[in-house]
Amino acid sequence: MTMPTTTDAGMDAGREPLASPLPPPSPEPRPPVEAVGPAIRVRGLRKAFGDVTVLDGVDLDVAAGHVHALLGPNGAGKTTLVRILATLLRADAGEATVAGHDLARAPGRVREVISLTGQHAAVDELLTGEENLWLAARLFRLPRAVARRRVAQLVESFDLAGFSRRLVKTYSGGQRRRLDLAVGLVSDPEVIFLDEPTTGLDPRSRQGVWDVIARLADGGATVLLTTQYLEEADQLADLVSVLDGGRIVAEGTPAALKARLGAERAELTFPDDATYARAVATLRAAVPTQPTPAPPAIPPSPATAASPPAPDADGTAATEAGLAPAASPGAGDVTAAGAGGVDADPVARRVGVPTDGTAAALRRLLDDLDGRGIEVARVELRVPTLDDVFLALTAGSASRKESR
Amino acid sequence: MTTAAAPSGAPAGPAKPIGEAGRPPVAARRARSGGGTPAMIGRSLRRLPRQPDTVIISVALPVMLLLLFVYVFGGALDAAGGRTAYLTYVVPGIIVLASGWGAASTAVAVAADMTNGIIDRFRSMPVRAPAVLTGHVAASLAANAVATALVIGIALGLGFRPDAGVGGWFAAIGVVAFYVLAITWVSVALGLLAGSPDAANGMTFFILFLPYVSSGFVATDTMPGALRAFADHQPLTPVIDTVRGLLVGGGADGSDLAAALVWCAGILLVGYTASAVIYRRRSAR
Repeated sequence: MTMPTTTDAGMDAGREPLASPLPPPSPEPRPPVEAVGPAIRVRGLRKAFGDVTVLDGVDLDVAAGHVHALLGPNGAGKTTLVRILATLLRADAGEATVAGHDLARAPGRVREVISLTGQHAAVDELLTGEENLWLAARLFRLPRAVARRRVAQLVESFDLAGFSRRLVKTYSGGQRRRLDLAVGLVSDPEVIFLDEPTTGLDPRSRQGVWDVIARLADGGATVLLTTQYLEEADQLADLVSVLDGGRIVAEGTPAALKARLGAERAELTFPDDATYARAVATLRAAVPTQPTPAPPAIPPSPATAASPPAPDADGTAATEAGLAPAASPGAGDVTAAGAGGVDADPVARRVGVPTDGTAAALRRLLDDLDGRGIEVARVELRVPTLDDVFLALTAGSASRKESR
Repeated sequence: MTTAAAPSGAPAGPAKPIGEAGRPPVAARRARSGGGTPAMIGRSLRRLPRQPDTVIISVALPVMLLLLFVYVFGGALDAAGGRTAYLTYVVPGIIVLASGWGAASTAVAVAADMTNGIIDRFRSMPVRAPAVLTGHVAASLAANAVATALVIGIALGLGFRPDAGVGGWFAAIGVVAFYVLAITWVSVALGLLAGSPDAANGMTFFILFLPYVSSGFVATDTMPGALRAFADHQPLTPVIDTVRGLLVGGGADGSDLAAALVWCAGILLVGYTASAVIYRRRSAR
């Protein structure tokens, strides 16, 4: 069994099929909501604690058999929403159904078909792993034979056999979380709530949990997971809802959201101020400052690229043509990325430009600068972080948050 | 840059969907709703011997206290009758004192459950709401039974000679069990009220302290006025006097028995009601 190593470029490594024993992640897109009907349907949900409004009218549809991620910063209301849907809290207003059962009228029915795995491992430290599984089986009143089969199956699926007969208090964080997920699945729930399932885990344990979640959905369950990590939503979710300030501020597939949020950026650091100044001018000339809605159909001619004033005249004309491809569609749609534009940091002598992160695009960019005699000291690739996501998506909510 | 090491977090084995194929229709699952108390009792009983500190407090400490009272204080406290006479006097007090300790550890267990996330899982399951609390109470009763049996066994070895018949023994055990049940539900309420296991531990101190200011270790008429008034009218004195009467006094005094039963019933009612209310309030905000 081999695993792609999770490196610093883990975001892209994650795009590969995960562990080899896993089936390829969803070879076909799952059917759309209209086809299967919502497993979770939320309308106008509100919740306040005292005078702090946590949920401010949330609407959400999660299709049966899908993995849906709720993405949001701390305090966005993710956990509150999940706790309401898992019958632990009552909403102040609004309505919700889970697996067709009304949350307010039939919470008992909802509890029969859901499972909740929270941020803190909800297993009994003084029981063994197997005893924890058996406890859940007995609480769900599974017939003994069914329970025995189920426990054995979960021990195998979650690779718990090596430690399932030890007390949980001796487990590592990753082992505990795996057991926690397994306990949540004893009843074979139709709807699974995972509240920040990988918070506090090391990268390897996180990868293991991701593998498990991917297989849950392949088994037909509906999964609603909350996360602070764009990467996690990207790995697992069919659809992502971004929650901020108690509202859903954006929704879409991970790819669509990322496209809205901007592509990767190359950050170039220059050895001295003069070089930096030339680089800023050159790059600003090549990459439009404003996001361009459509990729330019025609590569910019040397004349248009040269039209902004260059810092020093000598040699620029000769290399202008060489730089042009950096802004052409061939260079990876740098101008179509959405978060386009050049940002410059004079103190660090650093310039950020949009890129698709391919070797070809980077090589072209560096060659062009090199051809102009602009020396580059360092190159870093930066992937959009959740911070970027929120700055982009929640600019309007900043004042509302302030007032809270 | 590849590694063949199996990541500790990755599940091995054939990758198959984790859900069960042929999921039973929801209607077939309805019968499962509710209940869960036997499973919770099983859980709490399993936990019992795995907590060294609880085992020491609720089993070893009463035995040590018995030895301490009989051999260290015993001689001075009752010079006339000697150690055996004091042993006969003090055993009921030790039994009730030990019960308090067992009950107090329930508060800690309940507080731990309420603060570490497991309660959310239980509450998101189709389980009767206070089943988890009932489990802890049952464990407390079991632990106290063991501690009481041990104290009585050792006392018998030291020369304790009760004159009770079978009926007297059953009655004494019944009174002690009733007291334990009542005081354990108070502990559950305190555990629910406390924000953490440590706080719960601190809140139960009066349960541990109360037996000393009672007829458990010395007759109340040796105490100064105000203290004596308190000792005579606090719940433990009739409980201890009843047990003492049943085991070594040739029968319980009727008024002691009535007072003990009323006290225990009252404490049970308060403890259980408070637990139910606090549990509900902490659950559904």
